[in-house]
Amino acid sequence: MSGERYRNSFLREVEHNVEEGHWVKMCMQCGVCSGSCPFGPHWAHPPQELFMMIRAGKREEVLGSDAMWMCTSCYNCVVRCPRKLPITHIMHGLANYAHRLGLAPKNQPTRQFAKMFWDNLSKTGRVNELKLSLGLYFKDGFKQGIRNALAMKDIGLGMLKAKRLNPLELVKPHACKGAKDIHAILAKAKEIEDRRKGLSA
Amino acid sequence: MAKKEYAFYPGCSSQLKASAANYLTSTRSLCRVLDIKLTEIPDWNCCGASIGYAEGGELPRLALNARNFALAESHLPGQDIVATCAACWLSARETKERLDASAELMRETNEALAAAGLHYKGEVAVRHMVEVLIEDFGYEALAQPVVKPLAGIKFAGYVGCQTNRPFGIAGESFENPMYLDKMVETVGGEAVTGYDQKVTCCGGALAFSEAEKSQKQIRDIVESAYDHGADMIVTPCPLCQANVEIYQSEINKKQGTKFHMPVLYYSQLMTVAYGGSAREAGLDGQLIRAEKLEEIAAKG
Repeated sequence: MSGERYRNSFLREVEHNVEEGHWVKMCMQCGVCSGSCPFGPHWAHPPQELFMMIRAGKREEVLGSDAMWMCTSCYNCVVRCPRKLPITHIMHGLANYAHRLGLAPKNQPTRQFAKMFWDNLSKTGRVNELKLSLGLYFKDGFKQGIRNALAMKDIGLGMLKAKRLNPLELVKPHACKGAKDIHAILAKAKEIEDRRKGLSA
Repeated sequence: MAKKEYAFYPGCSSQLKASAANYLTSTRSLCRVLDIKLTEIPDWNCCGASIGYAEGGELPRLALNARNFALAESHLPGQDIVATCAACWLSARETKERLDASAELMRETNEALAAAGLHYKGEVAVRHMVEVLIEDFGYEALAQPVVKPLAGIKFAGYVGCQTNRPFGIAGESFENPMYLDKMVETVGGEAVTGYDQKVTCCGGALAFSEAEKSQKQIRDIVESAYDHGADMIVTPCPLCQANVEIYQSEINKKQGTKFHMPVLYYSQLMTVAYGGSAREAGLDGQLIRAEKLEEIAAKG
């Protein structure tokens, strides 16, 4: 399995394979990040705890945790960290790595939404807001989808009236002319990144 | 010739009939007054936003942004890239910094771009519209075209996260940035003091996936605006605007509050103060109408 070559050092694995992971060893456990996080109380393991767990080799506990999926990308921790760790990016990197290895919790709502978002934008090169919202409402099946859509119908109608939502996006979306170029660029970038991390397709 | 020219990166939400269409309308209006020529980067693509991390990884996101850079370099040489969206600006600036700092990432990014026959030389500058207004014009110059001061309206300046952290506007603090308040005062409005939710996170993209947790944030942001006597909230970020405006009705429904607080863009305030119509200011794009601004816009 991937990660085998780092078997004795999860820290080394994180340093090599996680975005900005080389910063993890710099954490001095002050906890300012955790106290600064808007979703702080909802983290099973706040950032500084994750950093200590990485150093303690708790691979499954870290990568299988839904903690880093609580990151809202507000960067409060980043600007307050006395050691200047790019904590937001490390959280993104950990979540991405866990997702890439298939170890992230299934049905984690932000994991699901983040994947939908990326698939949505990479299709035409631009986000299709209508399809993204509908995709989110209908992710748990048709019946629940209708229920969700009805619950949000006043907001949807309001947006329609304010000309901030266009039903025609379903058939004729905003799109890049170079959508195929974008597909080629993204495929190549992923190939290079996977190769660098020793991950197979 | 226009006074200033920029390579414009509006981003997905600032397209026609997208969720921040009124940000685009009002930005275009204020640029007409200030004689700023914004030329869209031809065929620009999404920045990936922060939430793109889970599936996108690092290099694909850098490559996405670098495609925009390459297009700007070849079609609009020498012009600074200007974004209005906080996420677009942040993603683009992060990409620029990472590529500047690492020859290896630059090489890999260009290897990816080459799959579409593109190349990024590393020459672009990435800026936010607010930076352009404050640094290339300055508060005094921004006050010059004011014909209808927004007198008597109290604004809570909600800066939010990504226009403020980790880069922010030069010379401002992360904890209490003052530029938005100064912009309000520049157009004759009153900036409420002591608005303690100025840089609180609205939940960002997690408003979709973690609705309850995000709505608690939004509730604090709106409630504090009321507590400090604000008539309206003003923000530079399209996601802050959307989240804080749209979910008020949800919060009312679930928690029995009676929120009805308009949430505007700085560009809308400026357009009205510069004599623009409600339509030119995109005021028809509010879910919660900004009646006091509409009244000023309607005055002859």
